[in-house]
Amino acid sequence: MLLSAALFIIGVIGVMVRRNIIIIFMSIELILNAVNINLVAFSNQLQNAVGQVFAIFVIAVAAAEAAVGLGIILAFYRNKETMNIDEMNLMKS
Amino acid sequence: MGQAIAFYVIAACILGFAVLVVSTKDTVHSVLFLVLDFLFVAALYVLLGAQFLAVIQVLVYAGGIVVLYLFVVMLVNLKRPPEAHQDPHRRTKLGFGLAAAVLVELGAIAAYGYTAPASATLSAASAPMPVAGNTEQVGWLLYTQYLVPFEIASMLLLVAMIGAIILAKREL
Repeated sequence: MLLSAALFIIGVIGVMVRRNIIIIFMSIELILNAVNINLVAFSNQLQNAVGQVFAIFVIAVAAAEAAVGLGIILAFYRNKETMNIDEMNLMKS
Repeated sequence: MGQAIAFYVIAACILGFAVLVVSTKDTVHSVLFLVLDFLFVAALYVLLGAQFLAVIQVLVYAGGIVVLYLFVVMLVNLKRPPEAHQDPHRRTKLGFGLAAAVLVELGAIAAYGYTAPASATLSAASAPMPVAGNTEQVGWLLYTQYLVPFEIASMLLLVAMIGAIILAKREL
């Protein structure tokens, strides 16, 4: 459980500190993996397979979110030519 | 004893590669470290007795999602690293501070969980399942008790696929 908490912290730091949007998305994947590790650890300790079922759903949701997020990044990059989130301020007045 | 050693080695590798993922300047190196991270997490799943989930992790995560990331990184084709100049609005210290706050919160939750142990009544509502291997157990639960989330997840994947295709078109 400490491992998943540490991985979660690393992912959160990655999301907040890095400027490259792709690395931010990868840090989100790290966070989701940390959650999965936690679920599987509990499923192992309580000898109940429900944790693994939920982890499968988390993986499916993460895959869907990664695909759509990368599509958004590509569409944005076609317009703005930057991978830096500080420059992605189209909605700023 | 060997299991504990294996767990610590795998855990150290996972955390080390995770730190490398968020701290490397080159994006392609970051993606490769992410692949290694996912493979080590799959090894951890095998150690914890979730073999089906380990295979799913390797197939979906390390195989599909990371390939997707590699495609996007290669398509974007960064010529200069985007960390060239520091933006005055960037608050790196705030980012680290928020991460520290999350850490404190997680520690508090873990401490609360240890002092007031939760009663494990999870196995009360499960239907009788054949205990002949991990995949059968997971499959049994997936198709009897959690059928509705399973169908909803497939709908979610379909919607995500449609969304990604629409986002990738040249002109809407």
